Amino acid sequence: MFPFNFEWAWDIGHAIFFGGFWYAISILGAGMTYCVLKAAYDTLKDGGGSHH
Amino acid sequence: MDSALIPEGAKRCAFPKFAVGIAIVGAVVLWGVYAMLLCWFKGLNQTNMNDNYGFALWIWADLAVIAVGGGAFFTGLLKYIFKVDELKNIINFAVIIGFICYSSALLILAIDIGQPLRGWFIFWHANVHSMLTEVAFCLSCYFAVLTIEFIPNILENRQANKIPFFHHLAHNMHGVMAIFAATGAFLSFFHQGSLGGVAGVMYGRPFAVREGLLIWPWTFFLFTWSAAAFGPCFTLLVTKITETITGKKLVKDNVVHLLAKISGWMIFTYIIAKIIDTIYWAMVTAPGLGFDISRFYSDNSFYGYWILLTEIVICGVIPGLLLIMKSTRENPALRLVAIILGVIGVCLNRWVMVLQIMAIPVMSFDTWALYIPSWQEVATTVLPVAYGIILIAVTYRYLPVFPQEKELNSVEPAAETK
Repeated sequence: MFPFNFEWAWDIGHAIFFGGFWYAISILGAGMTYCVLKAAYDTLKDGGGSHH
Repeated sequence: MDSALIPEGAKRCAFPKFAVGIAIVGAVVLWGVYAMLLCWFKGLNQTNMNDNYGFALWIWADLAVIAVGGGAFFTGLLKYIFKVDELKNIINFAVIIGFICYSSALLILAIDIGQPLRGWFIFWHANVHSMLTEVAFCLSCYFAVLTIEFIPNILENRQANKIPFFHHLAHNMHGVMAIFAATGAFLSFFHQGSLGGVAGVMYGRPFAVREGLLIWPWTFFLFTWSAAAFGPCFTLLVTKITETITGKKLVKDNVVHLLAKISGWMIFTYIIAKIIDTIYWAMVTAPGLGFDISRFYSDNSFYGYWILLTEIVICGVIPGLLLIMKSTRENPALRLVAIILGVIGVCLNRWVMVLQIMAIPVMSFDTWALYIPSWQEVATTVLPVAYGIILIAVTYRYLPVFPQEKELNSVEPAAETK
């Protein structure tokens, strides 16, 4: 799963499988981080009370 | 009692009636949980799996719920990437159905692996030469996508939405949903395909093996195609069941007609490809491996040509034609027949590609190995169905799942239904 695991190998199989896996995880993580941070920013900007 | 949680302007049944319904279905859940615990604590000897059936009822159920759950990724793809805006009126429900299907698939796998505490091994000690590793990766990631797509709907609950952070979070998630939907479509393409690919690369099983393109057998593409084709049928079917139980119209006809039309064309094109694949396999692939097609459909008490004809003609060609023709598509009874046949068809396809493969003798000294699941397998397969009913009931009651519900039911008398 990680390069520091004993069975890791720098080969095409690991590159494709884990490349795709970490690519998807990164997009989901970055997307959710953006949403949460922006929601916190929007909440603070509104003074925590009003809806838009 | 719980009226503060019910969407504004929506009518729901009294809480005691709702609670009784949940309790009845909950009893089925408990039965399934009991069987699941037996499998976990006593082991897979609780099942009727054997040397012939390493894949059995659970894997069929897994493939079937993943196929019918394909409505979520395909509807999301149409709505967010191809901008088919009418589908915004059914996308919430498609996501909930997808969430139920994929969480069920993961639950079934957790039972099937026998030792769920070692489930993380597939990530940590991944076999990068296995299509099933890709399936596990994509399935887990796509379940995360479905959860992300489901969260805004939960945050739009009447009470949760009063909390400013939740309100903004739901709004922001809607804003970037296209990125999540595109990721979901990418993941779905590969895991749906690889589930078919697993059958197609079984070189020792002439009933399953197929030629293909590069490393992908044709079954890879047929599985993805069939999930995109029949998944929306299941979404429409569950919508119809929900409308019948609630006694309400929840989605406008134009939305249903549109999704049925898209599904119809996908089924029609899929079934042409499936027929070509079947003919080539029967005429070239299987004989090339020394097997006549009749070998796969004779000398046993269950698997005959009827199953091939039912899958391809009755549950493939007929629903495809019924849904692409405007007159039959817009006839509620014929549309219902088509979507029921479609759902049966894709489940039957998965049955054939999991269980018939295992039943057919390969070596000259082999005999047909038919399979009857144990009650523990049946109970754990019914468990996700009961769980799905409960989740749909709870989400329908407390979340604004159907944007058109208020408009479509505004002039109705105050008769309370579930």
